[in-house]
Amino acid sequence: MRPLTPPARNPYWRFLLAGFRGQSAYPLATLAGLVANATFGVLKGSIMGAAVESSGGELAGYTAGSMAAFVWLGQGLLGSVNLWGGSDLQTRIKSGDVAVDFLRPVSVQASHVLTDVGKGLFGLLPRGLPSVLIGVAIGGMVLPSDPSAYALGLISLLLGIAVSHACIYAVGTSGFWLVESRGVAVFYLSFSGLFAGLYTPIYLFPDWLLTLALLTPFPSMMQLPVDVLSGQVTGVAAWQHLGVQALWLAIVLAVGHLSTRAGRRRLEVQGG
Amino acid sequence: MNVIETEGLTRVFTGRPDRGNRLRRSRHVAVDGLDLTVEAGESVGYIGANGAGKSTTIKMLVGILVPTSGTVTTMGLHPLKQRRALARRIGVVFGQRSQLWWDLPVRESFSILAAIHSLTAADERARTAELVDMLEMEEFLATPVRQLSLGQRMRAEVAAALLHRPDLVILDEPTIGLDVLSKQRLREFLVAQRREHGTTLLLTTHDMGDVERLCERILVVDHGRLAFDGTLDGLARTVGARRELVVDLAVATPDLTDVAGAEHVRSDSDGLRQRFAFDPQRMTAARVLAAISERAEVLDLSIAEPDIEDVVREIYRATRR
Repeated sequence: MRPLTPPARNPYWRFLLAGFRGQSAYPLATLAGLVANATFGVLKGSIMGAAVESSGGELAGYTAGSMAAFVWLGQGLLGSVNLWGGSDLQTRIKSGDVAVDFLRPVSVQASHVLTDVGKGLFGLLPRGLPSVLIGVAIGGMVLPSDPSAYALGLISLLLGIAVSHACIYAVGTSGFWLVESRGVAVFYLSFSGLFAGLYTPIYLFPDWLLTLALLTPFPSMMQLPVDVLSGQVTGVAAWQHLGVQALWLAIVLAVGHLSTRAGRRRLEVQGG
Repeated sequence: MNVIETEGLTRVFTGRPDRGNRLRRSRHVAVDGLDLTVEAGESVGYIGANGAGKSTTIKMLVGILVPTSGTVTTMGLHPLKQRRALARRIGVVFGQRSQLWWDLPVRESFSILAAIHSLTAADERARTAELVDMLEMEEFLATPVRQLSLGQRMRAEVAAALLHRPDLVILDEPTIGLDVLSKQRLREFLVAQRREHGTTLLLTTHDMGDVERLCERILVVDHGRLAFDGTLDGLARTVGARRELVVDLAVATPDLTDVAGAEHVRSDSDGLRQRFAFDPQRMTAARVLAAISERAEVLDLSIAEPDIEDVVREIYRATRR
C-alpha cells in the first residue's frame, strides 16, 4: 500500500489552502461585502417577516423566527457560494493564463474547484458568522436546539459550497468554445439567485416553478443547506437533502470533467 | 534521445465566417509543415518576426494547442494525451504570464509547486535554497507576488519553472522588459543550470544578447517554416551580423574611411559622431578603437549589437530570394 501523503505535500490540499489564504489578503473587500450582506439582510428580513405576519404568523411552514433564520443564514452564505456566474477560470481562459494551469501535472478541474472552495470557506469567517450573529441579535433569528442540526448542517453547508463552485467551473468551461463567456455568466445570474432561494424560500413558489427549481443544482447551493442548518428540516428529510446535494455535486463535477476534456482541444490560447 | 521531434507540424487558424459569404472563412497558416529535431542537452534559440509562428509552435510542443496536422513528440511523450507526464518533465516560462500565486508570498508559491511536482520535503528545501541563492531572491521571499518588481518576478518565474529540475526548459521571451543587469543575472543562471543538470533549453526572444549568450543553435522561423537552422557563427556568416562602434570625437573630423578591419558607416554632426561596422569574429572592438584613436581624439563611445529584427530580416531576404 502506498503511504499516505501528509497534507502539506498534497497539491490539492495546498490549492484549498491557497484559496483560503489568498482571500484573506482583501480585508476591506470582505468588510464591504459584510456591510452589503447585512443591509440587504435587514431589508429582506423586514419584507419576509411582514409576509409571515400578514398570513397569520405562518407561511409555507415558516414562523417569524425560522423565516429570520432563513434570511440570515442565506445572507451569511453569500460570501461562500458563487451565484454571480463569473470565475477565475473564465478570466484565465480569456487572457490565456489557463495555459499555465494545463502545464501542471494535476487536474485542472480539481485545482480550480478546490481553490474556489478554499475562498468560500474563508468567507464563512468574516461574512458567514457575523451574519448569523446579526441575525440573532437584531433579526429575531431562532437557532436550532438539536445538536444534530449543527452536525448535518455543517455537512450540508460544505456540500452546498462544493456544488456551487463545481457548477461555476462547469459554466466557466464554456469559455473553451466561446472565449468570452460573460454572456453565459449573466444568464446564470438571472436564474441562480431565484432558484437557490436567495430572494424567498423556493417553497413559496407555485408548484410548476418549484418543480423547475428542483430540477436545477441551485437549491443545493443555498436553500437546502439553510433548511438543514436552521433545523427547519430534520431527521430523514435532512438526510434526503444531503443525498440530493451529493447527487448534484457528482453531476456538476462530471459535466465539468467532460467539458474540460472536450474543450481543451478547442482552446486557442491568445497572444504570446 | 530526441527531446523534441516534429514531423510536418502544421497549425491553421480559421476565423469567423465572412459577413457577405458564410462559406468563406479567413484562414491563417501559423505553422506550416515544420520538421524539427532537438536533441538532449542542446540549447536552441527560436527566433522570428512577430506572427512568424514561434509561440504557436511552442504551444503545440507543450500540448496546449492541438495541431491541425503533423505529429509532435516532446520528451518521447504525446503532449496532449500525456499532458501530466509531460508536465513533470518540462518547465515553461511565458514572459507575459505568471505561474505564481498573486496574493501569496513567493515562498508559498514555491512550496505549492513543490507539492504539485511531488518533491519530498528535504528535496524542496534543498532545491529552493539553491534557486534562492543563485537568483538572489532572499530579500523578496516573504513578499506577495503582486508587490514584486518586474525583475524580481521574472527571477521568481524562472525559479518556479525550474524547481522540479525539468529535463527541458522552454522560455518564451524570458528577458522581455528586464534591465541589463537583470538580463545578465538570468542568463548566467541559465548557463549554470545547463552546465550542472544538462538541461535542454529552447527559447524564443527578441534579444540578440540572449541568443549570443545562451544558444548554440539558432532556428529562424518565417511564415511558419524554418528559414535557417544552424550555429550562431553560421548565422553571422549568412547575414553578416556585424557590430557597430559609435564614437563621439573631440572635434569635427572628416570621415575616417581608412580604419583597418572596420567599415565607416555614417557620420553625424559634421563628423563629431561617426559609426563603424566590424565583424566580431575577425576584429575586436579594442583594435578598432585603437585605430580610430590614432586618427582623432575619442570622447565617448558605444557598441551596438545587431537587432534581432535586422538579423531576421536579412535571413528572410536571403531565403526568399
